[in-house]
Amino acid sequence: MSYFSDIYKGIKTLLTGMSVTGGYFIRARKGAITQQYPDNRETLKMFDRFRGEVVMPHNADNRHYCTGCQSCEIACPNGSIEIIWDRAVDPTTGKKKKKIDKHIYHLSMCTMCGLCIEACPTDAIVWAPNFENSVYDRSTLTKILNQPGSSVLDGIED
Amino acid sequence: MNFTQMIIPLNITKTISDWIYSIMPETAASYTIMVVIAVAYLLLFAVAGLYLVLLERKVAAWFQLRIGPNRVGPWGLLQTMADALKLVSKELTSTIKIDKFLYNLAPYFVIVSAFMAMAVFPFSKQFQAFDINIGVFFLIAISSIGVIGILLAGWSSNNKYALIGAMRSGLQTISYELSVGLSILTMVLLTGTLQLSEIVEAQRTGGWLILQGHIPSVIAFMIFMVAGTAETNRAPFDLVEAESELGAGFHTEYSGMKFAYFFLAEFINMFIISSIAVVLFFGGWLSPFGITENIAWFPEVLWFIIKVVGLIFLMMWFRWTFPRLRVDQLLTLEWKYLLPLNLMNIVLMAIVIWLNWTI
Repeated sequence: MSYFSDIYKGIKTLLTGMSVTGGYFIRARKGAITQQYPDNRETLKMFDRFRGEVVMPHNADNRHYCTGCQSCEIACPNGSIEIIWDRAVDPTTGKKKKKIDKHIYHLSMCTMCGLCIEACPTDAIVWAPNFENSVYDRSTLTKILNQPGSSVLDGIED
Repeated sequence: MNFTQMIIPLNITKTISDWIYSIMPETAASYTIMVVIAVAYLLLFAVAGLYLVLLERKVAAWFQLRIGPNRVGPWGLLQTMADALKLVSKELTSTIKIDKFLYNLAPYFVIVSAFMAMAVFPFSKQFQAFDINIGVFFLIAISSIGVIGILLAGWSSNNKYALIGAMRSGLQTISYELSVGLSILTMVLLTGTLQLSEIVEAQRTGGWLILQGHIPSVIAFMIFMVAGTAETNRAPFDLVEAESELGAGFHTEYSGMKFAYFFLAEFINMFIISSIAVVLFFGGWLSPFGITENIAWFPEVLWFIIKVVGLIFLMMWFRWTFPRLRVDQLLTLEWKYLLPLNLMNIVLMAIVIWLNWTI
């Protein structure tokens, strides 16, 4: 009698599948994963691991974590990062010390591989969720990540 | 054709027909009225088909947790109209080595057979273009003509994908036509008439046929929905246009308006299968438990539409749930399961009627 039990099993499994999709249908209003992008620009929140562009966070005193070690510049496979650095006397210790003048980032060349962020020993550069990167002039895609007048936070190298 | 059987007496159409008869000789007037009805049905069901496409896209979106078309018009209501306009304005391209005559003929076969079937449905007591006494038989006959169009399209395209798709369609229709016919026959045993309007009338007193015939009716309904889905070549039986294997199957070489005919015919066929099911199992335009029977102004056609849309939704539910069958699975399902069950079911129904076990 496996003929009739096959039919029973078949109908049962079909109904199981239909209950799954039916559940999705009912929940579609709340669970819709579509982002209505240009309409929800203000409320749109990108994911934590989204790779938009590389930025250098500064704290309230205009201090950053970049020691100018150039690990990111070496790690970058296509030369998107250039660091212009200098040596200056540290006022607290009186020793000559490396410090960055400009941390230049070419967004137009960046492939978002993330090797620079992995290479950074002090987590001075991070991913930002900004993805609206289109501009009318490509020279604006060359960005200086450290803000003017900023300096490295004391004691980062230790 | 017997003109006395052409009943068109909606109140509006009655005034129109009286007016046409008053300005023309009788023969010319009856021909004019036929043309008017034909044009009205064409427009009505072309628009209905377009909105079924929209419904399909919306329902598909909701099943997949998406939103669906929502840009053209409010809630995307004009989306398929815009698509149709685009298809009308497109160039009709074709390959060189086609059989020109058959290639151009094929889409009309499909769409005309779909529209012809619409004529016999009783959408309400008065809204029926052609009430013949062999209505069910006519429907079964007409619904198999469409496959000739599909075979012609596949053959004349001179394309391997189109040919394979068309041959699969022939195979599928020949197989599942049996189940459709036999499950309809099961219900005809119960009503004792083939005339669709009388089948509906038979359900006014005794309740819907799916209740009257209880177990064999429910089995017949399930078989009819499976076989009907197969006959309209929709997923999970869409081997005919299996896009992952065959491009677009039999209409691979079609573009523009001819493609639109095939597309529209698929949705009108879905409407037809659902309408047959509504008339045979769910009481046609009769309201459930007669709740609006005494309300004179209530449009009975609304009940028909609600039931049909419900069944169409069921078919869409099938489509967005089940994976496509292989050809051998398709044939196994029909010849080893549906057909024997259907024959047993007919005997069961006959016994039920013989012993007066109907409700």
